[in-house]
Amino acid sequence: MTVIDDRPADVGGVGTAPWRKEDAHLVTGQTTWTDNLAPVGTLHMAFVRATMAHARIGSIDTSEAAGMPNVVGVFTGADFAEECPTLPCAWPVTPDMVHPAHPPIAVGKVRFAGDPVAVVVARDRASAVDAAETVLVDYEPLPAVVDMEQSLTDEVVLHEDEGTNKAFFFSMPTGADIDETFAGADVVVKRRFIQQRLLPTPIEPRAVLCIPQAASGDFTIYSATQIPHILRTMLAVVTGMPEHKIRVIAPDVGGGFGAKLQVTGEEVIALLVAKRLGRPVKWTETRSETNLTMHHGRGQIQDIEIAATKDGKLLGLKVDLLADMGAYLMLVTPGVPILGAFMYPAIYKMDAYRFNCTGVFTTKTPTDAYRGAGRPEATFAIERIMDELADELDMDPMELRKLNWITHEEFPYEMVAGLTYDSGNYEAATARAMELFDYEGLRAEQAQRRADGDRIQLGIGISTFTEMCGLAPSRVLGQLDYGAGGWEAATVRMLPSGKVQVVTGSSPHGQGHETTLSQITSSALGVPFDDIEVLHGDTQVSPMGLDTYGSRSLVVGGIALQKAAGKVVDKARKLAAHLLEASEDDIEFADGTFSVKGSPDASKSIQELALAIFAAHDYPEDMEPDLTGHAIFDPENFSYPHGTHLCAVEIDTETGHTSIRTYVAVDDVGKVINPQIVEGQVHGGIAQGIAQALYEGVVYDDDGNLVTGTLVDYLVPAAPDLPSFTTDRTETPAANELGVKGVGEAGTIASTPAVVNAVVDALRPYGVHDVEMPCTPERVWRAIQSGQKGGAQ
Amino acid sequence: MIPASFDYVAPTSVDEVVSTLAEHGDDAKVLAGGHSLLPLMKLRFAVPAMVVDIGRVEELRGVRDAGDHLAIGAGTTHHEIVHDPLVRQHCGLLAEATSMVGDAQVRHRGTIGGATAHGDSAGDLPAVVSALEGTFVAQGPGGRREIAAADFFQGYLETALAADEVLVEVRIPKHDGWGFAYEKFNRVAQAWAIVGVAALVRRENGSVAEARIGLTNMGAVPVRATASEEALAGADRTEDAIRAACQHAADGTSPPADLSAQPDYRQHLARVLSARAVARATG
Repeated sequence: MTVIDDRPADVGGVGTAPWRKEDAHLVTGQTTWTDNLAPVGTLHMAFVRATMAHARIGSIDTSEAAGMPNVVGVFTGADFAEECPTLPCAWPVTPDMVHPAHPPIAVGKVRFAGDPVAVVVARDRASAVDAAETVLVDYEPLPAVVDMEQSLTDEVVLHEDEGTNKAFFFSMPTGADIDETFAGADVVVKRRFIQQRLLPTPIEPRAVLCIPQAASGDFTIYSATQIPHILRTMLAVVTGMPEHKIRVIAPDVGGGFGAKLQVTGEEVIALLVAKRLGRPVKWTETRSETNLTMHHGRGQIQDIEIAATKDGKLLGLKVDLLADMGAYLMLVTPGVPILGAFMYPAIYKMDAYRFNCTGVFTTKTPTDAYRGAGRPEATFAIERIMDELADELDMDPMELRKLNWITHEEFPYEMVAGLTYDSGNYEAATARAMELFDYEGLRAEQAQRRADGDRIQLGIGISTFTEMCGLAPSRVLGQLDYGAGGWEAATVRMLPSGKVQVVTGSSPHGQGHETTLSQITSSALGVPFDDIEVLHGDTQVSPMGLDTYGSRSLVVGGIALQKAAGKVVDKARKLAAHLLEASEDDIEFADGTFSVKGSPDASKSIQELALAIFAAHDYPEDMEPDLTGHAIFDPENFSYPHGTHLCAVEIDTETGHTSIRTYVAVDDVGKVINPQIVEGQVHGGIAQGIAQALYEGVVYDDDGNLVTGTLVDYLVPAAPDLPSFTTDRTETPAANELGVKGVGEAGTIASTPAVVNAVVDALRPYGVHDVEMPCTPERVWRAIQSGQKGGAQ
Repeated sequence: MIPASFDYVAPTSVDEVVSTLAEHGDDAKVLAGGHSLLPLMKLRFAVPAMVVDIGRVEELRGVRDAGDHLAIGAGTTHHEIVHDPLVRQHCGLLAEATSMVGDAQVRHRGTIGGATAHGDSAGDLPAVVSALEGTFVAQGPGGRREIAAADFFQGYLETALAADEVLVEVRIPKHDGWGFAYEKFNRVAQAWAIVGVAALVRRENGSVAEARIGLTNMGAVPVRATASEEALAGADRTEDAIRAACQHAADGTSPPADLSAQPDYRQHLARVLSARAVARATG
């Protein structure tokens, strides 16, 4: 293959856009997906899954399957009940949270369509699938519990030992008295928004391969996971197996979006079957299984109420959530809506706030983190109700926002929800977005189309969003009863030849860590970008880490790396001073070279120092002979990316079809390490947020069967369905060592309300105040029809 | 998503295909582009014991000028049809509608024969061939027979083809001078049409002499909007006249309900899209 790289030679440091180190092997198909790995003698698993949402399991007849060709074993829940009584939930959000047992294979009852009831292990995958079809399960059907409000009546209880379908009630009143505030307000607007369930839909489905080493008793687990470190610890915790005998490797991982921030029953079963049979065991899910059983995102009913003066000054906010847990609590299921608790006040100043959330069990696939995890839901609700309030007050929605947001001189600003925002400039991002969008021009066109009764109506949607990311300060996680910390680890090693090894505890699955972290290292050490290797995703190579989620890899992991590199520079400076016979204070460091002040000829490159310390012939007495730096960084605060997204939609009022005409995103993610990677994250994020607004939605029927079981029924938009995005950035450095804020979730959080606000804005003349997501052509058309009948004619 | 075990043959002549089908009867399935059959097999909704791949039968490919009609080999891909000069010259509606089938990858593998023999009225081509009043040619142990489009589609995923027959040719009458349009309405570009409308209009002396309207996904089989066709015959080429005629486009239809549309919305779309398609075809 001929590679033509015509970019300038000086790319590779912070702020440049070198080619991603990850791409060559991805685009030439030289990848190591878990499913590509096939050690000799590997056995394959196929799961028998519940065909109904809620039932008691009578007998399970595995005899025919056990006798099928190539079948090595058939196991049911009872076979593993002692080894792993329950999968983990690491986030008990209240002291009295109901935490029912969640066996990796169902025991006694199935609680959602797709709940595993047996596993067939065979010498090849097709034999395992064929045999799984012959397993006969005798079910005693129970009523499905699909609707959250119905579930709370407890007429049918999923977890009978617990006696209730209510998992928890979490309440967080902050600031001034909420009832007095609302009683004294001129205007109160209340809305109910539905956050439909979403499928995370990574391109690579889940896959796991467990290889036992009989002699040592070690197990190596390859998994399509975002969290190799957490997975290792949790596998040890839930099975009682010694943690140091478990090695987890996340090889190439093809997307996660939070859905691979999980400890799944299939991973546990792969380990337990490999242990029992002493052979490598593999499982790769089919796309149908992905839809059915990979955890879903969102799934909330949001009752939100906002109080303001008649002039539009915000006074207070009440939020009451019903959060759909699905059938079981998985790794951070209950914590997802709680992360949102801090984000409803968004960028707006107000004195009173009350957040309540009830977690509810239903006979559906468990929910858990999905890109943004709690924060997109919050941002949607506040940005939607700001538009509703503006409509109520007959104000321009942007003017209402300007009246209430924190101005740039007011940072750091302590929010009513308890967080202190360190930095931001909402005015600057908004001004730039309005300019790129031609806000005034579009408003004029909108007025004209309305006046003309044009078949195509124009809608303008605003989202002036912020988010909390860089998860997370460990002490804050402790206050929220999360089961772990939020630090990250990094190691930088100078190799004898002057090349550099970087070890990170974060675990990429598409983001481009190898590139971004190389750029940070290149700038910190003054070594060429191509001389740096980034190691990750293997608990043996990178023993410490808390992995990748919550836009944390740069904001926490990158700063850990910056600190580790700083330690290398400190050591090298000391060595340079020793070898150059100068005082450390007189050593200057620039572009990879240590030189003596005033004597530029007296210098040592960092590569020369690396060789010198390896030889160890001559080094300071109070120094150990290596140039390695290791750092753990535990942030003191979250980071707060923000931005202004503006969307113009055209709605064909005859058909209800919505098309996005213009989308402008001005994001402030702080200092940018690699502008192209940031751009990619923004584009992908916006696409995923638009998907929630217009296209995607999980549908169950009344019996709890998943209707959107394939990608024919669950519509994921692709490039032809999306407009070209106009993107730009403003830059307000965050108060951290790199000035960075994170960008992994920003686009998704921002875009959903921008699009739906635009749809509703287009339809306001028809008396429409909301369209449920996804805003399908049919829903939009019906909204217009009902508006025309009963609305403002 | 793992199909059940099956046998596979790839004959190189129609005669071989026919004899293989005769041997295996209902246990055999013909594989063309595979976009309908393979997903059904992976979901185990279809479990043929024998898959007969017709992709190597050269005589099934290509477009031939047969005087008053074009003879299109059943194995001709969508991509070939979209770019075929004969099709573009004489049957522009087919070229336009075929260019909207699936995406580029689908159009490079999928065939006109597969897309019609599968008998899915949500596919674009059944309604288009119905509007064009095409003829299907099937070959079985007893030789060849011709089946008019109106008789070919018999129900959801059901056609007049017998288990021992293979579709060999689709004959499309030349429509030189007719205006045409295909209006496809869907939520994402790759999805099936929620509703599609294929319109053909022959103009004479400034008015509509004859119009044909084929409806996609408005019933178990492709449907002709006959009431609108009748109302359009002799109608003025004005927007009002076209709209009035197309108010009857959904008359007598019983469209399906699914996640994208309820029947009443489909009927509404059929009326709106028919008016648009006819207006465009009228030019």
